[in-house]
Amino acid sequence: MPRTGSLAIAIVVMGTVSGLAGTALAYTVYVSNEKDNSISVIDSATLEVKHTIPVGQRPRGIILTKDGKSLLVCASDDDTVQILDLATEEITGTLPSGPDPEQLNIHPSGSPVYIANEDDALMTAIDLAQRKVIAEVPVGVEPEGVGVSPDGRILIATSETSNMAHFIDTDTYQIVDNVLVGSRPRYAEFTTDGSQLWVTSEVAGTVSVIDPKTRAIIKTIGFEIPGVRPENMQPVGVRILKDGSKAFVALGPANHVAVIDAKKLEVEQYLLVGQRVWQLAFTPDEKLLFTTNGNSNDVSVIDVPTLKVIKSMPVGGAPWGVAISKN
Amino acid sequence: MPALAEEQPEGSAKAQAPTSDVVTVPIGYLKQEVERPIPLSRLHVEPEDYGIAGAQMALKDNNTTGRFTKQDFTLDVERVPIGGDAVAALQKLVDSGHHFILVDAPAETLLELSDSVKGQDVLLFNVRAEDEELRQEECRANVLHTAPDRYMLADALAQYLVWKKWQRWLVVKGVFPEDIAYLEAIRRAAKRFGGTIVEEREYKETPGARRSDTGELQIQQQMPVFTQGAPSYDVVVVADEKEVFGPYLPFRTWDPRPVAGTAGLIAMSWHPAHEQWGATQMQNRFQRVANRFMWPVDYQAWIAVRAIGEGATRTHSADFAPVNALIRSKDLNLAAFKGQKVTFRSWDGQLRQPIIVAGPDLPVSMSPQQGFLHEEAEVDTLGVDEPETKCKFK
Repeated sequence: MPRTGSLAIAIVVMGTVSGLAGTALAYTVYVSNEKDNSISVIDSATLEVKHTIPVGQRPRGIILTKDGKSLLVCASDDDTVQILDLATEEITGTLPSGPDPEQLNIHPSGSPVYIANEDDALMTAIDLAQRKVIAEVPVGVEPEGVGVSPDGRILIATSETSNMAHFIDTDTYQIVDNVLVGSRPRYAEFTTDGSQLWVTSEVAGTVSVIDPKTRAIIKTIGFEIPGVRPENMQPVGVRILKDGSKAFVALGPANHVAVIDAKKLEVEQYLLVGQRVWQLAFTPDEKLLFTTNGNSNDVSVIDVPTLKVIKSMPVGGAPWGVAISKN
Repeated sequence: MPALAEEQPEGSAKAQAPTSDVVTVPIGYLKQEVERPIPLSRLHVEPEDYGIAGAQMALKDNNTTGRFTKQDFTLDVERVPIGGDAVAALQKLVDSGHHFILVDAPAETLLELSDSVKGQDVLLFNVRAEDEELRQEECRANVLHTAPDRYMLADALAQYLVWKKWQRWLVVKGVFPEDIAYLEAIRRAAKRFGGTIVEEREYKETPGARRSDTGELQIQQQMPVFTQGAPSYDVVVVADEKEVFGPYLPFRTWDPRPVAGTAGLIAMSWHPAHEQWGATQMQNRFQRVANRFMWPVDYQAWIAVRAIGEGATRTHSADFAPVNALIRSKDLNLAAFKGQKVTFRSWDGQLRQPIIVAGPDLPVSMSPQQGFLHEEAEVDTLGVDEPETKCKFK
């Protein structure tokens, strides 16, 4: 099926899908395949994998640049971050990330790019245009999750072995505070209004909701699914709707995504997806949520208004990260 | 202006932590040297800093965190020579303010050490001894075990063999007390998980000296003959803890069968090629610190020092009582690169942890295996569970 234009409305053709999703804008979904050294390209309207782009070794964290023209790809085993031009789908350059980059984030202004260097206990800030390191901040052991406040003033690094969320001032690159959270914090995400910071702790099996002003933990959310071993409840990725009504948390080998009432901070329900679900991304209209399922080599698609899993589609080996373009 | 770390090697974070109110948490490490036979494989020669390097890496990890929590961890190592006075060495550590002390010593020495500080504010971590008695009849209130015991190791291996449907075992055993202890663990595991021991065969001879020029030729003859004429079986399970003959068995058995136990496929707390659950970073860090691969006792010492670090970090304290309580509690929440948190069992002080089942080059699996169920935690299917414990803390 030919790719539809960015503003064109495509009718979803799959039988059961059409009833739930109705009409959907066509966005492009990019999924990094950790084992295949590739990016799968999916059309969000047809829910078909269109093609696959070869990239560097062991691609994990991916993020779109703010201008939407490029995808930054952590090629972990190549110790670099690759810049994938989305128009030509060619690698046009690399960023000096340091060894073993896994997750990254971008300042709201479009630069710098912030990269966690797990091996070096450093957070690296890189000027995107110049492709140069502008700061390195020593943080805890095995920094992994990278969050940026919506106003761009605070950068968060989660360190997996120190079990902390480090609050870093993006002007001075000084650490202003460290909040102890549950063990092995993997991911940090601010609410759109900046009033809350959500940090997932994989081994503790919890999500800490933090007030970024006071740096106090407002609530620690746990998870329980009948028939799932508690030690398999390993939250990793988290996404929160722009209006702050609901949050979605990928629970890893529990093979479920938790839907959380983000006002009450209570789990509403669990949606069964593929195996070892790690990362999540909304389409820009927040109608669909895509999940990467590393052990079943597929992507699940959740219809956000109805909270139904409407499709799963095979991608490459061990899908890890997901990013969705407006185009 | 943003600062590059190169300009400030120790980083701005250190400058932010005023040194005045930094609390020191001293950690001790007592190593009783023992005579070890030369292993059959040159690859298995024990490194000089075995275990200690793991503690040193955990110390670095603790101190990276400590920069932010204003806690400074130190490590003092006492090496006791063969025939030396371990109790005096321990006393020296205790007198100089160490409440938390790792012990790498044989079981009988560990018990002497434990009894010598009974009732004091001292917590010992057994990082080496796998003896069952230390967790059962001879368990001690002031000892936690990061080393898995033989029952855990045998159970982990047995679960994998049963999962693989290799349920008929030809057991070959050495003559040393350690071999008998491992054998008993294998017998127990067979009963628990549905293995059948088709025959137990004892290896009494000393194999031809491998270093003599034709030694290998003799072994090539000896091992097939030794394993000849067994009832039908799926796998050889070898109990030879001192490496007298076990490593000679793979590829030399009369029947073409895999070898498991103390050689071939081995259950262990850590393998240097384990890379799941973020372990790659751990392996890289260790290799940078120690310039060699990480092996089980390194890992067991690493966990002990990390447990002390977690205890101090979570309680914001360096005092014995709160840190000791946190380490023993369900709130320990220690991430140990095994895909789940690890905690200490309340009934015998044993660290509950998944066990790696590995071949020489790569891990093959991690136990507990799917389908071996437990009411509380599947990892408690490995080793001695609460209802069967004989431990009454002294």
